[in-house]
Amino acid sequence: MYKEVLRSIENIEIYPVISLLIFVLFFLGVFFWVFRMPKDLEDHMKSLPMENDDHLTSEQP
Amino acid sequence: MMIIPHQFEFYLILIKKQQKNNQQNLSPMNDATLERFHYDNKIVKYFGAATIIWGLVGMLVGVIAATQLFLPEANLGNPYTTFGRIRPLHTNAVIFAFVGNAIFAGIYYSMPRLLKTPMWNKGLSWFHFWGWQLIILAAAITLPLGLTTSKEYAELEWPIDIAIALVWVAFGANMIGTLFKRRERHMYVAIWFYLASFITVAVLHIFNSLELPVSWTKSYSAYAGVQDALVQWWYGHNAVAFFLTTPFLGLMYYFLPKAANRPVYSYKLSIVHFWSLIFIYMWAGPHHLLYTALPEWAQVLGTVFSVMLIAPSWGGMVNGLLTLRGAWDKVRNEPVLKFMVVAVTAYGMSTFEGPMLSLKNVNAIAHYTDWIVAHVHIGGLGWNGFLTFGMLYWMWPRLFKTTIYSQKLANTHFWIGTLGIIFYALPMYVAALTQFLMLREFDEMGRLAYGNFLQTVVELVPMYILRALGGLLYLIGAIIMVYNMYKTAQKGVFQEYEEDQAPALAPSYNATGEFWHRAWERKPIFFTVLATIAIAIGGAIEIIPTILVESNVPTISSVKPYTPLELEGRDLYIKNGCVGCHSQMIRPFRFETERYGEYSKAGEFVYDRPFLWGSKRTGPDLHRVGGKYPDSWHYFHMQDPSSMSPGSLMPPYPWMTENIMDYSDLPAKIRTLQKLGVPYPEGYDEKAMEDLDVQANRIVSNLKEAGVETLPHTEIVAMIAYLQRLGTDIKATAEN
Repeated sequence: MYKEVLRSIENIEIYPVISLLIFVLFFLGVFFWVFRMPKDLEDHMKSLPMENDDHLTSEQP
Repeated sequence: MMIIPHQFEFYLILIKKQQKNNQQNLSPMNDATLERFHYDNKIVKYFGAATIIWGLVGMLVGVIAATQLFLPEANLGNPYTTFGRIRPLHTNAVIFAFVGNAIFAGIYYSMPRLLKTPMWNKGLSWFHFWGWQLIILAAAITLPLGLTTSKEYAELEWPIDIAIALVWVAFGANMIGTLFKRRERHMYVAIWFYLASFITVAVLHIFNSLELPVSWTKSYSAYAGVQDALVQWWYGHNAVAFFLTTPFLGLMYYFLPKAANRPVYSYKLSIVHFWSLIFIYMWAGPHHLLYTALPEWAQVLGTVFSVMLIAPSWGGMVNGLLTLRGAWDKVRNEPVLKFMVVAVTAYGMSTFEGPMLSLKNVNAIAHYTDWIVAHVHIGGLGWNGFLTFGMLYWMWPRLFKTTIYSQKLANTHFWIGTLGIIFYALPMYVAALTQFLMLREFDEMGRLAYGNFLQTVVELVPMYILRALGGLLYLIGAIIMVYNMYKTAQKGVFQEYEEDQAPALAPSYNATGEFWHRAWERKPIFFTVLATIAIAIGGAIEIIPTILVESNVPTISSVKPYTPLELEGRDLYIKNGCVGCHSQMIRPFRFETERYGEYSKAGEFVYDRPFLWGSKRTGPDLHRVGGKYPDSWHYFHMQDPSSMSPGSLMPPYPWMTENIMDYSDLPAKIRTLQKLGVPYPEGYDEKAMEDLDVQANRIVSNLKEAGVETLPHTEIVAMIAYLQRLGTDIKATAEN
């Protein structure tokens, strides 16, 4: 059956190769960027969930 | 608040940085432009309450279903509460009602706070809330009635599918609108996870739900056989990924740092693992179909990408656990953190187990057994359940501006819940291995040592009892939590609005010299498009060849469309959820072909809409059951399974011998199938009823010879017709 499937789709073997290439290139891009990430941005991003605590109020807007 | 030294350092950085930000970003403005706004806590409270209410319902139904597996009497003697219909009710309730509402509660709490703006549109928020609850209610009514497409985690019929799409789009629009109104320039990683989840679930839901309606309550899948299986498991796998995993990672990235009171361990790691995760997840679907009639190349692709998934998954787990570095002393005392630590650990366990299960040799053991059930429950009870509990215990007192009612009860919940998970999972692993070893054993004569499938099931009964106990413990824990939450709410005063202030975003932000990814984060729409592309490539490469190339599924000339009676019998089989316990897919192993017959071929399923391969064998495979037993055997077996198979755990279906089928929709069914390309002759919709009667009368007279009187239009006759047809088409070739 495998052979039949191969015959029925032209260049089927290219699919996994394309998929791997796209992923690897994208991954390298992100990796490269992450290493160049400025420290201040990283600290800022890390701090985002830590802000705005302790100002509860029941006041209506 | 007590500040320990390293924390102090962090706050110092924070203050310095904010000063810097104020100088840089807000140069055209000054602090006087601080805007005041209010977060809406009411919608969070409602989603939180819905989470626990539906959670209890879903878990209770789960305990009932687990009990039915060792005590057939627990099916309660009517079609509506029988296992085949209860199981999808359980899965839908816990996935879409319990976990779904938890996701929404968490997002409606965290997103406005991360973006420093209320949710965009209150009307949409409430449309989302009530729409979602109505959908769940519709599911709770239609599934026991047997109105189902039978595709796992997508069982709901087409009108509900459309409602889901509408409500989901409202949710997404509300998120994107909020992004436009934000006062924080950068999107925190949690929001990326929310956005990716929204986009992907929308794509998955639409493609998997493509079906042609016959009536308001019945439709046929747009795909057939192998294609249907591939689309379904592309959906099923990614529903796990983008409904149960990515939204929860987003919640983890918000609530874990909050609860531990320290920032996430590595923001860089979170970026790398986000992109890798959403990129790779989409490819891994075919690992649900190893050794089936699915084309080999798709199976290989699924396996390779599944193994690759370990890396980004563990990236998330490591990041979560290391966020607690230096705070482990708090884990000892704080139930919120205890729940979260076990949740993240369970995530690590199931994301290691998943790739292992997609290796073909491991899959050969685990597929169709209780191993898969254990695997999903480590994820469901551990990861989703415990993270939800942790989040609720953290959030609830804050909504009511108080402290938790009882720390002690929360700790009790934690320990009972943890015991529940262990009691659930361990017996399932033992059951799976026991059954696999028994099924594959041959005696010295070369025959199956346990020729009757039932011999293996009987061995598993003690394990099934322990599993139900585990589920019960988990449910008791959840009940304790509900009491605790109720008391907490009573103790405090609900804060409907929470005030905050932040400067508006400067319109003239100078972005020159910024690196590309940093710029993306500021552009939510571009970012969303990019995430869509990432998931679409995975989906497309996997799906397009199978859908477009007709000859991808080798056809077998002797495979013919179902006769009208068989078709109606098949729909009855679907209605009763038989697929929940019986597969129709014989794998090419000697121990399966010896037991069930010739292994299943892709071409045998070209008229199966939907496919019914199944994913779990609590009973034997039925693909070659056709012609194996006389009609009367099926009659007695359906009436009382233990009369033909002593010790059988199958629920009895005595009403099938009396219930009369409604055949009024038969012509519509035939016409719908013709539109989908099934080669019934022109005008057959008018003649189908005649053929149905001829076949029904033949079965009635067969039964009469065995001394059974029955009417031709009873359910049992249609069911027998379908069962006797199963897997017989290729035998016709052999005879010719």
